Amino acid sequence: MPLIAPTASAKECVLLAHGGGGQLTARLLTEHILPHLANRLLDPLTDGAVLAPMSGRPVFTTDAFVVQPLEFPGGDIGRLAVCGTVNDLAVMGAVPRALSLALVIEEGFSLAALDRIVASIAQAAREANVLIATGDTKVIERRGGDGLIITTAGIGELPDGVNWDPARVVAGDKVLVTGRLAEHGLTIMTVREGIEITSELRSDAAPLNGLITQMRATGADIKFMRDPTRGGVAGVLCDIVEHCGLSIHLRDQALPVSAVARHTAELLGLDVLTVANEGKCVVVVAADDAQRVLSTCRAHPLGRHAAIVGEVVDVAPPLVELHTAVGGARIVQRPYGEELPRIC
Amino acid sequence: MNPDVCHSLLCEIRDLASRLPRVQLMEVCGTHTVALFRTGVKSLLPENIVLLSGPGCPVCVTAQGYIDAACALADQPGVIICTYGDMVRVPGRGGSLEQQRARGARVRVVYSAREAVHLAATAPDAEIVFLAVGFETTAPATAAALLEAENLGLRNFSVLTAHKLVVPAIEALLSSGDVPIDGFLCPGHVGVIIGSDAFEPIVVHHRKPCVVAGFEPAGMLHGIAALLKQIARGIARVQNVYPVAVGSQGNRVAQAILQRVFEPAPARWRAMGELPASGLRLRRCFDRFDAWRRFDLAEGDDYDPPGCRCGEVIQGKTQPAECVLFGRACTPLNPIGPCMVSSEGTCAAWYKYHRLAVGV
Amino acid sequence: MCLAVPGKIIALDDAEATVDFQGSRVRVSVLLTPDAGLGDWVLVHAGFAISRLNEAEARTTWEYLSQGEVYDELGAALAASFAETPETESAS
Repeated sequence: MPLIAPTASAKECVLLAHGGGGQLTARLLTEHILPHLANRLLDPLTDGAVLAPMSGRPVFTTDAFVVQPLEFPGGDIGRLAVCGTVNDLAVMGAVPRALSLALVIEEGFSLAALDRIVASIAQAAREANVLIATGDTKVIERRGGDGLIITTAGIGELPDGVNWDPARVVAGDKVLVTGRLAEHGLTIMTVREGIEITSELRSDAAPLNGLITQMRATGADIKFMRDPTRGGVAGVLCDIVEHCGLSIHLRDQALPVSAVARHTAELLGLDVLTVANEGKCVVVVAADDAQRVLSTCRAHPLGRHAAIVGEVVDVAPPLVELHTAVGGARIVQRPYGEELPRIC
Repeated sequence: MNPDVCHSLLCEIRDLASRLPRVQLMEVCGTHTVALFRTGVKSLLPENIVLLSGPGCPVCVTAQGYIDAACALADQPGVIICTYGDMVRVPGRGGSLEQQRARGARVRVVYSAREAVHLAATAPDAEIVFLAVGFETTAPATAAALLEAENLGLRNFSVLTAHKLVVPAIEALLSSGDVPIDGFLCPGHVGVIIGSDAFEPIVVHHRKPCVVAGFEPAGMLHGIAALLKQIARGIARVQNVYPVAVGSQGNRVAQAILQRVFEPAPARWRAMGELPASGLRLRRCFDRFDAWRRFDLAEGDDYDPPGCRCGEVIQGKTQPAECVLFGRACTPLNPIGPCMVSSEGTCAAWYKYHRLAVGV
Repeated sequence: MCLAVPGKIIALDDAEATVDFQGSRVRVSVLLTPDAGLGDWVLVHAGFAISRLNEAEARTTWEYLSQGEVYDELGAALAASFAETPETESAS
C-alpha cells in the first residue's frame, strides 16, 4: 500500500500547508500528534521544555532515522527512533530523561500512516519510561518518496561511579550479548522491494534502559557496553579491540542466533555478525562477574537469550577472531559498507 | 554439523599429508574460497597441503572490457541496469556502477534475473538490461528468465552476457602448465547443473584427480581427503562426494534450457585471453534480447590496472599476499582490481578472514 | 559462484513453488526442476530451484548418520524431515 498518495486531500494526507504554521499545522498537531504524545513537558507547547534539575552528569545524544520501508514486522521508523536514542543513552550508563522529536514529512504522506507511527512512538516512549519533551514538524515538497524522516535527540543522567570505557577492558574480561543476533537487519532485508521473502523474522527494536539498569544494579564490574546497530556485533567488537589494544576471541557455537535468522542470512549471503540489531547490547564485563550479569539478563524479558560469546585475550595484533564449530579460526572485520545480498 | 565427523576427516587428512610431499590443490569456486575461510577449515589444513584459488569468481574472471561496457550502458538515458550485488563495486575505467549510481545512473541490485524481467514488465518506458555474469550454476537462471521475457512479449528487456564455463578454463590452465596443480576441488553447484561426468576431460586429458564437493565443512573436508587419497595412490578419477545434490548427468532440464537459449562461444577471460568455447552467447533467434547487439556495444580491451595482479591471482600463479598492493593501496574500501572487491574474490577473502592480511 | 541453499517445498503451482528455509519463505521458479513435488527438498539459487535433493542419497546419508560416518548439514536437514514422516521410518 503506497504511503504517498497520488492525489492529495487534507483528510487523507499531509499537505504542504500542514507545515505552514497556520491552522492546518495546528490541526496536524492537535489531531494527529498531541493525542498520542501529550505529557507534562510537552503540553505547554512552548519553544523549549524546561527539565527538572538532574543530580548526575548530563549525557546528550542525537540520531536521524531514514529507514525504508517505514513499517516492518516488529516495528516502524517511530519505534526505531525512540529506541535508538534511548539505547544510545542507556549503553553509556545514563538514565534517559527526555527526548526531542523532529518529523520531516513529505507532502502527500498518508495521515493514517502518520497516526500509526506517532502511536508507535508513544508506545515505545512508555516502554522506555521517557518523555517526548519537545518536537517539531516540517512538511517538504514531494521528492524521492521517502515519506518520513525522523531526528531525535536525547538527554540522560549519568549516575556517579559509572565509568564504562573501552580503555578499562583487560585480558580475561568476558564478552556477552543480550539476545539473538541479526533480527532487525534481516527483517528489513526481507521486506525490501524485490527480494520477496516472507518470514517469521521480526525487528527486535526495543528500549534497553530497563535491562541495563538491572545489570548495573548487580554491582558487577562492567567495563563497556554498546548496542550493535549498523555494522553489527562485528563493528562494536572491532571498535573495542582498536581502543584497548587487546584481542577478542569469539566462539561461533556460543552466538545466539535463531534458525530462521541463520538460514535467511545464508540465503542472502550475509554474515550474522555484521547485520544490525536494534534491541540488543554487547557487554564487556570482568570475568568474575560474568555469570551474575548473564543470570540477570536471562531473567529479564529482553535478555532471555543472552549468552557469553567470547573473551578478551592478550594477543597481538589486536584482532577479533572467531573460533568456528570445526575447530578452525578466522578473523571478523567490520563490513565495508552497504551489505548487498549476494548471489554468487 | 557433526564435529566428530569433521574431526575424524581432519585426522585422515593429517595422516595422508604426513606421507605426501607438498601438494597443491586448486579450488575453482569463489564460494569454496569463501567457505574454506569462513568455516575455519583452511586454518586447519597441514602446511604441506596448499589450497590455491582458481578462476572461480565470475566477476574476477570477467575481462575489464565487459565492466567498461556495462558502465557505459549505465550512462545511457532510459536504461536501468539490473545486476547481482557482486558487480556493483568493481571499478571500471570511469569508476564502478555504485559510483555511477551516486551520479544519477539507474543501477539496481537484484537477487534473481526474474526480478529484472518483472521490472521490465512493469516499467515499459525504461530499457532494462540485466548483467548476466556467472558460471553454469547461474546461466540457466538467465536462460529461464529470458524465456519468460519472450513469453511476455517484452520489448524493453535485454541481457549483456558474460557467462563462462568452468571446465574449459581448468583445461586452459593445465595446458599452459604455468602452475603445478595436483588435484581439483570441483564446484558442487556447477556440478548440480553439468553433472560430475562433465569433469572427465580433466582426468582424461590431464590425469588430475577431480572431486566434486559441497560447501559445508564436512563436505569440503571430505573432498580434500578424497583428493589426497587419490594422489597418494597415484590415481586420477572424477569422484562425487556431494551425491545428495549432484548426479553424474546433472540437471538435464537445465541443460536443455541452456542449449535452447545459448550456444558455446569464445570468451575473454581476465589475463588468460580468449579461450575457445569457454563462454555462452545468445543464439541468433534471441537477437532482440541481446544487449550487445541492441546497443551496438563492443567489449573493450582487457587490462589490469597498473600494478594489479588479479590476472595472476585467478590463475593461482600469485597468492594475494604476494601482491605488493594487497592491503596497502588495494583494500576493500579502495579496491584496485575485482579480486579485492568481489564478495567471492580471493583477495577480498584473504583480507577479510586471514590473519596475515590484517598485519599489512 | 554457487551460493545455493536447501529448502523444502511447502506450496506448489505450475511454475512456482514456495520454499521454506527453517521459517523464511521464498517464491521460486521450478522451471528447472519440473519433477520437484510438494514436500521435496530443493536447492535454491538466484530465485530458481536448481536441483531436487536426491532422496535415495539422503536416505543413505541418514543411515551413515546413524552410524556417525558421513554427516553434513544437508543430510541432517533431510534426516530431520524424514524422521517426521511415519512412512519413511517403516520403509527403512
